[in-house]
Amino acid sequence: MSVNLTLLIVMGVLYACGIYLILERSLTRVLLGLMLLANATNLLILSTGGYAGLAPFFNKDTDPGAYNDPLPQALILTSIVISFAVTAFMLGIIYRTWVLARQDEIQDDMEDRRVAKTPSFDAEDDAVVPLETSEFALTPAGPEATTDSPATDPTERGTA
Amino acid sequence: MNLANLAPLAVVLPILGAALTFLLIRHSAAQRAVSIGLLSAALLLECILLASVWDGGTTSVTIGGWMPPWGVVMVVDQFSSLMLVVSSVVSLAVLIYATGQGMADGDQEAPVSIFHPTYLILVAGVSNAFLTGDLFNLYVGFEILLTASYVLMTLGGTGPRIRAGVTYVVVSVVSSVLFLIAIAMIYGATGTITMADLAIKLAELDQGTQNLLHVMLLVAFGIKAAVFPLSFWLPDSYPTAPAPVTAVFAGLLTKVGVYAMVRTETLLFPGDTLNVPLMVLALLTMVVGILGALAQSDIKRLLSFTLVSHIGYMVFGLAMSSAAGLGAAVFYVAHHITVQTSLFLVAGLIERRGGSSSIDRLGGLAKLSPLLALLFFIPAMNLAGIPPFSGFLGKLGLLQAGVELGTPLALVLVVGGVATSLLTLLAIARVWNRAFWRKPEDAEYPDPVLLAPVPAGRGTVGLLPRTMVGPTAALVAFGVALTVFAGPLFKVSGHSAEVMLDRSAYIHSVLGDGAVVPPLPRRGSQAVQPDSAAQSGGGK
Repeated sequence: MSVNLTLLIVMGVLYACGIYLILERSLTRVLLGLMLLANATNLLILSTGGYAGLAPFFNKDTDPGAYNDPLPQALILTSIVISFAVTAFMLGIIYRTWVLARQDEIQDDMEDRRVAKTPSFDAEDDAVVPLETSEFALTPAGPEATTDSPATDPTERGTA
Repeated sequence: MNLANLAPLAVVLPILGAALTFLLIRHSAAQRAVSIGLLSAALLLECILLASVWDGGTTSVTIGGWMPPWGVVMVVDQFSSLMLVVSSVVSLAVLIYATGQGMADGDQEAPVSIFHPTYLILVAGVSNAFLTGDLFNLYVGFEILLTASYVLMTLGGTGPRIRAGVTYVVVSVVSSVLFLIAIAMIYGATGTITMADLAIKLAELDQGTQNLLHVMLLVAFGIKAAVFPLSFWLPDSYPTAPAPVTAVFAGLLTKVGVYAMVRTETLLFPGDTLNVPLMVLALLTMVVGILGALAQSDIKRLLSFTLVSHIGYMVFGLAMSSAAGLGAAVFYVAHHITVQTSLFLVAGLIERRGGSSSIDRLGGLAKLSPLLALLFFIPAMNLAGIPPFSGFLGKLGLLQAGVELGTPLALVLVVGGVATSLLTLLAIARVWNRAFWRKPEDAEYPDPVLLAPVPAGRGTVGLLPRTMVGPTAALVAFGVALTVFAGPLFKVSGHSAEVMLDRSAYIHSVLGDGAVVPPLPRRGSQAVQPDSAAQSGGGK
């Protein structure tokens, strides 16, 4: 199988630009990057079909070397439709982000940041719980004794 | 007539349902009836398919009048039909739960009745991915389910969901592009995309090309299955979606990735070329995932991390490429789909009853709603792998296979698997202690709902509608049933693993009995897996 050099170079440039663009923080650029990647992949599939310029398959008796493989073109058609749908959806999301947050950028996950800032000491898990030696559970005397209530006490010690 | 010829209906019925529910978009009762009815019909059909291949036997269905090396085929074997049945049980339960939540009827969070059609298309995509015997059709199946999942993920278009949706969509599209590149390269190298034909033709390529194609496919599927270095997107994006959507994503979408990895490893690239890296990744996935879970305070995020972690077990079983390991992995996939989905459904119920899904705000749920506590406790213990539940049996099978394999790395994984199981128990016990056992007043920021006096008797009816509790209970019961019927199930999964490793049934069913099955690389065609795998695995 031989490959068209022009097609190959165009493909490489598209991949390079696409990868550069999806590393950006701006959503519109990410979308453009994804579109370029999809089109570069379409070219890649096309190049597996044989020489450019050969006639399509038209007759049962045609010599296999004399016509283009039609399957890659069918595959490209499918992948174009899919990337079209995804692009339309992405545009919808980008517009929604703009409406909601007035910015065209990927936002941080707040919960993630919050978990990252949480200190490793946990008041409930890591606090020193007074060991109970009595067989009879103490009745909680006041609000400050509720953490030692019989229901939670053994398990607290178990996980600490 | 061969019953397996009905297989395409498993894809067609949900798509038909999607079209019908789209037409009935203004009649929510009719929408519900149609989607639940058609999904039940699909489930029945898949049970028939499973019954027809229960004793082994692989059947293929040619679609559109084109014979196999050219046309698209669907292949029904034990693994695919088992996955179909489990996925349909799960998706039906989630659908009923979602209608109970009133999401389909349109509350503020989801203003349109787009849920039903989208959900059915998702189910169709999952079924297509499980059934197809064609690599490009697998891509199409993935795209169907992913596109539907984009819509479900951003349902209602609120700020957090859009933020999470962006990450999810971009990562998924990149993984799809990688998959498509791999398909193009495979087509360029072999001139075919029928998986059975590829199994023969890929073996004729030189080892370097094979490895390149192999790794590309595994990376693309690894992103979808959330295997460790590629799992960063999952805990970020899943928890913000509505509870039933998260539940079905957690149960099904990652498992479709695992399914594709299993097919890649057994059918397309058999042998043990990548077993060592896969095992290392499995270990990292298990340990890093569960350590992440321990740090979380939001139940849904915590469950997302356990989901990532337990994908590691499946990859471990797969990476052993022995019949015992693969069989246990198949069993584990079926178990994990059910259990993880039920846990996410329960998390939705917790959020509804307790007003929050953060364990800093919850407390006293065991007293407020003992039923909810029971519904959480059973799948939680099942996930952690406490005997006698199916989680224990699946892990036991994996650990046995690991010990049987006996390489140092496999033994490290066995230890890692046990440690992960214990850490899962710890993470789950944290949720249990805080959300269920302690008094609501002890919570750091107790939710007002918990402190409000509950009228005796029927107090919780409005908070926990029967249509939501019912499907959750049914799914929990199904998880228990997997334990009760673990014997036959283990037999089927073990047998399916042998059939998959042998490959000849699959290839013959698609290409006819005349097809020559290439011998497995660097291993005797007669199965003495433990020894030979140990030697070649240890030699690497």
